[in-house]
Amino acid sequence: MADAKVIPFDDDRSRGSGGSGGNAARRRGAGSRRKGSAESVPVREVQPLPVRGAAGDDGATTPEPQGSPGARPDDAADGGLERRIAGGLAFLRRRLTGDYEVDDFGYDAELTDQVLMSMLRPVYEKYFRVEVKGVENIPAEGGALIVANHSGTLPLDGLMMQVAVHDHHPADRHLRLLAADLVFVLPVVNELARKLGHTLACAEDAERLLAQGELVGVMPEGFKGIGKPFSERYKLQRFGRGGFVSTALRQGAPIIPCSIVGAEEIYPMIGNAKTLARLLGFPYFPLTPTFPWLGPLGAVPLPTKWTIQFGEPIPTDGYPPEAAEDPMLMFNLTDQVREQIQHTLYKLLVQRRSVFF
Amino acid sequence: MGKVVLVTGVARQLGGRFVRRIQRDPDVDRVVGVDAVAPEHHLGGAEFVQADIRQSAIGRILAETGADTVVHLDVTGTPLGSGSRTSVKETNVIGTMQLLGACQKSPAVQRLVVKSSTNVYGSAPRDPAVCTETTAPKSLPSGGFAKDAVEVEGYVRGFARRRPDVAVTVLRFANILGPAADTPLASYFGLPVLPTVFGYDPRLQFVHEDDVIEVLRISSHEPRRGTLNSGTFNIAGDGVLTLSQCSRRLGRPTVPLLLPAVTWAGSLVRTLGMTDFSPEQIRLLTHGRVVDTTQMRETLGFRPKYSTAGTFADFARGRGTGLLPPEALAGAVDRIAELSLRGSGHLPTQSAN
Repeated sequence: MADAKVIPFDDDRSRGSGGSGGNAARRRGAGSRRKGSAESVPVREVQPLPVRGAAGDDGATTPEPQGSPGARPDDAADGGLERRIAGGLAFLRRRLTGDYEVDDFGYDAELTDQVLMSMLRPVYEKYFRVEVKGVENIPAEGGALIVANHSGTLPLDGLMMQVAVHDHHPADRHLRLLAADLVFVLPVVNELARKLGHTLACAEDAERLLAQGELVGVMPEGFKGIGKPFSERYKLQRFGRGGFVSTALRQGAPIIPCSIVGAEEIYPMIGNAKTLARLLGFPYFPLTPTFPWLGPLGAVPLPTKWTIQFGEPIPTDGYPPEAAEDPMLMFNLTDQVREQIQHTLYKLLVQRRSVFF
Repeated sequence: MGKVVLVTGVARQLGGRFVRRIQRDPDVDRVVGVDAVAPEHHLGGAEFVQADIRQSAIGRILAETGADTVVHLDVTGTPLGSGSRTSVKETNVIGTMQLLGACQKSPAVQRLVVKSSTNVYGSAPRDPAVCTETTAPKSLPSGGFAKDAVEVEGYVRGFARRRPDVAVTVLRFANILGPAADTPLASYFGLPVLPTVFGYDPRLQFVHEDDVIEVLRISSHEPRRGTLNSGTFNIAGDGVLTLSQCSRRLGRPTVPLLLPAVTWAGSLVRTLGMTDFSPEQIRLLTHGRVVDTTQMRETLGFRPKYSTAGTFADFARGRGTGLLPPEALAGAVDRIAELSLRGSGHLPTQSAN
């Protein structure tokens, strides 16, 4: 396994037992919590997709919201098929007549649930075979801030995290990602990002979403993380200026660290054409073993095996209101979150059998 | 003794409506309408003084009428009749300066209401998704009506500093629509085919004319209990519509064009003087703009009767159907649904695709 230099921190015994999943829960975690995660993880592994049928997403949608083209024909009984067609036509009717809702951020819940998620799901399930751990750490209601590492040249990790939350969370929560401003400059990308519920990574938007009780996802490494060379894989970069911590503190929202393994290797970035990047106005222009030499074919990501682990929430509601203005506390919390993510990353790497399986 | 209200910009449809409405208020004694041209609509018996607010005559009018409330509606993006952009800008900026100068000299003035626009926030991809009254725009509007509005607001702030005894209200209206609206956006939605910018689906907010009149009325009277009506407020209907939703609800097909092409075509059309498709209009239709209306609800105590979607529905009713009426499309889908149900659903391929 050609991995980064891995520095195992604690129990090395878990190195051999790759299959035992989330058994190696955080050392400082409470005992009861550890037990909970260890028990629930195997369950998640076996059932591929527990959510879709169980919870009708937006009361408004008619019987079977999976009527769209991307639906899987696993329950294709005759009645089910008819219902699906009817559902699909009702969906088509609403779309064609503009009779659907978007929120202030442009989030189109219906389109996301029925079309965009169905398009991402094959990538999530079949291509990257994402394994999700610790989804029970995400609260069932109320605002929370998920902080994750960022990697992979293209922000596929954010999208996969969104699918992970959407498909695996029992309360059917939607992740609202905070994206770089470049996303909202580019045509088509900005339109899709808004419809998927993403918004600009700025304190105003993040606070507004948290105040609405939304689940917000942020990747504080930003371009430093996603555009780092392959040799620095799984080494967390600086966490911005820690703005996410003060945002969470102001709203009293818990911070949930999230570690994503597998995204680093999808586009091994061995070089950076800086001049070209400056010309195009991008923060970096990746050179991988295949891109741009093989043209569009080189832009196909490597089919790595992913693991997304949501860690234990770090509560922020116990601090006084002026805590958000305290730089020392902010740096401490930022470091705590960062270390927890880095720690989990190393642990997941140790457990990983191979990059691709 | 009742109030004396002076209203500028009454030759426009909105000003005319406001004059007619405020006259019916019991504590209003006298309404004086001012504009550079005589209005085509009636003013419901209000006095009309033909005066250009760019001239110092406005000071004399203010002194003679002894107006205690000044409602400045003559801040607009489009010329009335055949005017040039220069004269619009002059009316907006120089007119406001003259009017404010006159107000400063007049001891009777106790209340000033200024119509501004959410254009002051500009429209940029780097702006937060929802602008509050305190949001500083990332890129200041570089020209056009938006810049006028920014400058007007600057002068109004200066006036408020010099005359702290006057209650000053600045109302930043989102795009005003209604059955009789004559704004640039309304004429854009009147096109048979809507040109849009490829790859962008802006979020838009509308406010209904009726709500505009009502909020102007609220802010030109004494504040009601528990509310405060001096300050700056965003005025917009609840909710958001994207441009694609608007076009579908109107039943008008869109033609996505590349951004450079749109900018170029816009400047060409402007040079030819066909319509006023200004750069800020293009930016709005590219990046969109949404404002926060918490202040309007909680401080001003105003709840709009129409939501954004409601405003648009009312507007669409007054516009007639487009090339692809939503009812016809819905009917077509229903017919397919019937067919597929009768065919007992053996061919799923004909469904959602």
